[in-house]
Amino acid sequence: MAFLELINVHKSFGASVAVENFNLAVERGEFVSFLGPSGCGKTTTLRMIAGFEKPTAGRIIIDGVDVTDTPPNRRNIGMVFQSYALFPNMTVAENIGFGLKIARRPADEIRARVEELLRIIHMSEFGRRYPHQLSGGQQQRVALARALAIQPKVLLLDEPLSALDAKIRASLRQEIREIQRQLGITTIYVTHDQEEAMALSDRIVVMSRGRIEQIGTPFEVYNFPATRFVASFVGTLNLLQAMVVDAAIGLLTVEGQPIRVARPLPQHRSGDAISLAIRPELIALDGQMNGEVNRLSGTVEDVTFLGSIVRVRVRLSANKLHFDLFNNPQLRPPQPGSSIAVQFAPEACLVLGEDASPAHSMSASAAQAA
Amino acid sequence: MLKRFWPWFWFIIGATYFLVPLYATFDFSLRARRGELSFAAYANVLNDIKFVESFWFSFQTALATIVISALVIVPTAYWVQLRMPRLRPVIEFFTLLPFVVPAVVLVFSLARTYNRTPLTDSREGLWVLLVGSYVILSFPYMYRAVDTGLRAINIHDLTEAAQSLGAGWFTILARVIFPNVYTALLSGAFITFAIVMGEFTIAALLAQPAFGPYMNRLASSKVYEPSALAIISFALTWAAIAAMQWIGRGAQARIAGPR
Ligand SMILES: Nc1ncnc2c1ncn2[C@@H]1O[C@H](COP(=O)(O)OP(=O)(O)O)[C@@H](O)[C@H]1O
Ligand SMILES: [Mg+2]
Repeated sequence: MAFLELINVHKSFGASVAVENFNLAVERGEFVSFLGPSGCGKTTTLRMIAGFEKPTAGRIIIDGVDVTDTPPNRRNIGMVFQSYALFPNMTVAENIGFGLKIARRPADEIRARVEELLRIIHMSEFGRRYPHQLSGGQQQRVALARALAIQPKVLLLDEPLSALDAKIRASLRQEIREIQRQLGITTIYVTHDQEEAMALSDRIVVMSRGRIEQIGTPFEVYNFPATRFVASFVGTLNLLQAMVVDAAIGLLTVEGQPIRVARPLPQHRSGDAISLAIRPELIALDGQMNGEVNRLSGTVEDVTFLGSIVRVRVRLSANKLHFDLFNNPQLRPPQPGSSIAVQFAPEACLVLGEDASPAHSMSASAAQAA
Repeated sequence: MLKRFWPWFWFIIGATYFLVPLYATFDFSLRARRGELSFAAYANVLNDIKFVESFWFSFQTALATIVISALVIVPTAYWVQLRMPRLRPVIEFFTLLPFVVPAVVLVFSLARTYNRTPLTDSREGLWVLLVGSYVILSFPYMYRAVDTGLRAINIHDLTEAAQSLGAGWFTILARVIFPNVYTALLSGAFITFAIVMGEFTIAALLAQPAFGPYMNRLASSKVYEPSALAIISFALTWAAIAAMQWIGRGAQARIAGPR
């Protein structure tokens, strides 16, 4: 049985529905992210796990115990906030020891545990400082230590890095992940940043408008998005308008140029207009791939030099697509205005279904990859 | 040059408005003996046992008022901001009532309401009534100060952080909320202290041996002593406020600074 379970959880605020039909089973020690745009119900779900919101319907089970009606201070859950929420009147050490003091642990046990946690977050010299004497990144590490001090059953983090600048965000992200692995603590991490979710998670729960769109590993969610929403929210995509020519063999045209997809399209008929999605990294310059490939030709519209990669935007006539080349000083990058041909494998084409309905071609390619 | 002139001009006008009467009072208080400057009037005041008694009485009353007011206002303001933010204007309106209802009306209604109860039958009871009235008088200052203090910290997240660490409501109030509004509370307390020390109407109507009625009596029976008393009470009140400030300085240093 899973360590943390949400069963048919539902939450409305008055007439508006914040979370709908939420089902999730998290294993002990697993790192799961809730990923989705602002307002999609990530925080609300997290707050229901913490006990700050009561589900309108459904059950929440932690370590075999139904905690749906347990108040937050009895749930033994560690919480890290975007705002850090350190107690300004207490030193770093007092902040970290707060939970243990409330649990009336002996003073020397508290001292030892606080020292251990200060070591874990690499802040041993900072025990006597007050929160306002620390940088944002340091404050958030203290907040993490404070949440971990009580040895919570589950660690919940709500956009903990959003208030920090990019460099610290990346390094603290790694640090959080290392500490989580080291302690083996079951963790739910809320973020609207797909890169963050991918870098950290064992599994990602992609959410939109209060509903789960897909649950899967970063690899699955990125490569085999279950819905149109997931495909467009996670990573960048080229979206092309195509027309079905022969559904039985997966033959389409994009502005008159023939394209094959890897599987037949039984739900479509010839003449149907459909959306085709291709990840930029699966597109290459013509002539670089072997086997059966699709070709599209157009005009170079724009070339952006980004250091290690060069981003090329190509215009067909109505459709646009972009792809990346690795920087190579020996090779002149394509020039704007020149004509260009690109290629990609039939397997790279994702046929997007409607929102919240699985796009069959993707699950097909998932099967192929497996 | 001109830029520096006007700020100083207004500062000096303000300071004069404040200091000249104070200086005049001080000067007058030194002339108890004909033809020389002396502290005779001060000696008379300080040797009067009634002075010490009434000052001490009002001092204790002021402290009791501040403590009770804080115990009522902090949890109220906290709860309103946390759970009933829409009620804030209503609560604020209620706390402003002492500005609208005259002290005479307040004390008569209290006396009538609690007539023939232990509150009006005994000295101790009347003192409780006195403190109760002063607590009401302190609401406008205390509530505003605490409400502003609470807004300066993220009470919402702090509360939830404390809850997730196992704290109940009492612990949250005692360990998190009170210490963090301490500085704000002090500023409300200073004003409350000054008001209680000088309050006359309620103390007189409840026949309490307070400092306000004592000053009043002295003013109608002596010539130089009331001026000396004014200077002394001025100095003592400022000393008391400075002491409170000194006690609160640690908290101030911690809560200040970037968050
Ligand atoms: N206390 C509340 N009262 C009313 N509506 C709320 C409350 N909390 C959240 N909501 C609504 O629920 C939806 C989900 O919010 P939230 O969980 O905060 O989203 P996210 O964290 O994904 O940005 C939003 O539409 C929000 O306006
Ligand atoms: Mg949120």
